[in-house]
Amino acid sequence: MITATASIPESAQERMVAPSRFGDVIFRWLTLVMAFSVLVLVILVGWQLWRNSSLAIHKFGFHFLNTSKWDPVAEEFGALPFIYGTLISSLIALVIAVPLSIATAVFLTELAPMWIRQPLVSLIEMLAAIPSVILGLWGVFVMVPFLRLAVFPWLKKTLGFLPLFTGPIYGVSMLAGGIIVAIMILPIITSVSREILRSVPDLQREAAYGLGATRWEVTRIAVLSYAKNGLFGAVVLGLGRALGETMAVTMVIGNTPQIVASLFAPGYTLASVIANEFTEATTDVYLSALFEVGLVLFGVTIAVNLIAQLLVKTFVNTSAGAVQ
Amino acid sequence: MRESFYRWRKIKSGLVSALCLLCAVLVIAPLGLVFFHLLREGASAVNWSFFTNLPKPVGEIGGGMANAIVGTFELLGIAALIGVPTGVLGGVYLAEYGSVRVNWLLRFICDILNGVPSIIWGIVVYGLIVVPVKSFSALAGGVALGFIMIPLIVRMSEEVLLLVPNGYREAALALGIARWKMTLHIVLKTALKGLVTGVLLALARVAGETAPLLFTAFGNRFWNHNLHDPIAALPLQIFAYAISPYDDWHRQAWAGALVLVSMTFLVNVAVRFLTRSRSAALAK
Amino acid sequence: MKNVMEHESTISADTAALHAMTDAEQSPAIAFEVNDLSVWYGQKQTIFNTTIDIPAQSVTAIIGPSGCGKSTFLRCLNRMHELVPTARHEGSIRLFGEDLYAPKIDPCVVRRRIGMVFQKSNPFPTMSIAENVIVGLRLNGVRDRAYLDERMEKALRMAALWDEVKNDLNRPGISLSGGQQQRLCIARAVAVEPEIILMDEPCSALDPIATAKVEELIYELKKQYTIVIVTHNMQQAGRCSDYTAFFYLGRLIEFAKTEKIFTNPSQKQTEDYITGRFG
Repeated sequence: MITATASIPESAQERMVAPSRFGDVIFRWLTLVMAFSVLVLVILVGWQLWRNSSLAIHKFGFHFLNTSKWDPVAEEFGALPFIYGTLISSLIALVIAVPLSIATAVFLTELAPMWIRQPLVSLIEMLAAIPSVILGLWGVFVMVPFLRLAVFPWLKKTLGFLPLFTGPIYGVSMLAGGIIVAIMILPIITSVSREILRSVPDLQREAAYGLGATRWEVTRIAVLSYAKNGLFGAVVLGLGRALGETMAVTMVIGNTPQIVASLFAPGYTLASVIANEFTEATTDVYLSALFEVGLVLFGVTIAVNLIAQLLVKTFVNTSAGAVQ
Repeated sequence: MRESFYRWRKIKSGLVSALCLLCAVLVIAPLGLVFFHLLREGASAVNWSFFTNLPKPVGEIGGGMANAIVGTFELLGIAALIGVPTGVLGGVYLAEYGSVRVNWLLRFICDILNGVPSIIWGIVVYGLIVVPVKSFSALAGGVALGFIMIPLIVRMSEEVLLLVPNGYREAALALGIARWKMTLHIVLKTALKGLVTGVLLALARVAGETAPLLFTAFGNRFWNHNLHDPIAALPLQIFAYAISPYDDWHRQAWAGALVLVSMTFLVNVAVRFLTRSRSAALAK
Repeated sequence: MKNVMEHESTISADTAALHAMTDAEQSPAIAFEVNDLSVWYGQKQTIFNTTIDIPAQSVTAIIGPSGCGKSTFLRCLNRMHELVPTARHEGSIRLFGEDLYAPKIDPCVVRRRIGMVFQKSNPFPTMSIAENVIVGLRLNGVRDRAYLDERMEKALRMAALWDEVKNDLNRPGISLSGGQQQRLCIARAVAVEPEIILMDEPCSALDPIATAKVEELIYELKKQYTIVIVTHNMQQAGRCSDYTAFFYLGRLIEFAKTEKIFTNPSQKQTEDYITGRFG
């Protein structure tokens, strides 16, 4: 019983080239190096920022963070107005964006009829795809005039007894910056919250429905209270984005380094001072101070993102575990 | 009594649903408003000369953004050269080789990097390339965008590669094919459509980035095809015109914005179309 | 009970000698000598001290209730179980006298010599029918176009698929029906001219007509190949195998000629399983 292939002088087995471990080893190392390039990137960013800001760190020390004089001519640099501006604009953004985003996420996962969900999600993704500079353009030419002419005077008239809504109205202002940042972080908070709510096990909902609860009661009792840690993570993630928003804010916040109570007054943020002054920084100390502003911004966003990722990941993992 | 209490609960549930709907509408509203104004302000200035002419100096009416449009594509080309191979191969490591612990760490780092403000990438690349070379350059701008793409593409390609059923890997290995050839010829080829989709999305995302280009590509009023000289980019040009005091430049900024948004949206829509047919094929 | 031919194996490691022997219609030669094999996945042991000699040029069926380790055992034969990072084994497996796990042996070579067909048909979705058949040769370095075409036709004929697809060779492999896809996978395995073909429940996803075709094919392939087939379908084992091994809870309970297993098993557990009293 000679096999059919015996008539061919060379069998297929012999024609195939001998395998070599070489290709596997090289390919594995290549992909490993590429994968670890993200670690290299983190280190690279930290190192560049640290190295280039060492002059300013040396000269101003801790006072860089708690003095508010920013005077390039006298070479005196304190970043407090920018830290203040970043925090306040982000806070305004969160106050506006968090309720809207979470309500939208609840609507998308719990309340909306099925046919409307996917189109809505697509629209929110489209909002996320609008470049920051274009939102800034819209902010400068559409939103700011509208705020100046309609919204701010009304706020001043009705809530003027609060120090937040006093003083002259320019249009470009801390409040305008906060609103534009809010628009920018709406999609991310909405989509992460939606993911969080979707990972709530159905058992939770069924149990509440079983007790005769209405749709909203199910959402409130079974879903929202279960998901609150994860939702908090989504909010912190939004905060991380808000802190680093650059172009749109730069275009509407007014770019004035000052600390005043009124939200109608112009402000300045960490990111926008870099964007505005970096190419004008003529002296080494000035440039170094701007790098230190970058270092502060980097440190804060890394810390905030770290917390947010841990919150979100822990939540998604534990509730996925609960399903199994 | 009991009956009316239940009715009140039903009404409350309905009210909250309506409130949530209102919130959803408010979230979507800026999208509609931005689009409306883009079309109203920008459409009239988008004409043939916008795509073919260089920017005119102050005071002269007309001109276009031809150099900025081409510059954006050149920057994206450099970014893709850096970001795509690194990102895809990194994703291959996560999907095909990495251990649970290493993968967790790398994914975590990617997610953190994706949260780094884009302006930071600008000053980092400024320190890394612009300072030693002593010149703003197209190369620096492309590198900055490429760095932003890497973590995006690593995460995306890992996800796409994990969608490839294990049966294909086993079938290839059972034929005595070496693992690296299996990965290149079977796994990557099977996932090609998804990878292309992800890369396009990442490109669309960085195409609109302005902050990382401010101190790297810097912008240029003229044509430049030299890697070592500053280059124009659409977002940079929009920014420069938007903060200028001239009405004609404002019109140009709107036109540029309309073109930029149309490009990114076209990619997004095309990709959505692609992914739909892909998930349909996988579901089958 | 272990193996009827255990003492008849007087084979040298030389494959050629073996072919000479089988050609001379002597008693069947031994393909796999498995000696005291134990396998663990992580902490969990799935195969316990299994010793078995699988004869060449015949069909050996491995039966047993699901979870009995029959698939794991099959995958040890071509070192596919090593793909699970936590897998570990003890004991030895020899193919025609050669240790498959010797340090200098590349698992790729083992898998070229021992082909495999899977439960779920898995033609590569990006490739045409023709490309699917020759992919094993091509990615293992065979470039000769004429030779590839010749092997392609031969493999498709051997898988009894040639007449059905010869006019559509450039259509995607996944455009075929389920049964055709499985035969395409068999052609793909046959194309590299392995010595052994392992089949892991190859018909469990097929309808009865397609199953009949694949079984017919197994009968044909037996003339040239040693076939080891895992199945949970006892009728199938009875229909197409020469020898049958019964596994239960990771242990080999009984191995004998198929007629004997099905008519006169020597173990109580085998009889219970065959007659449907458990499993």
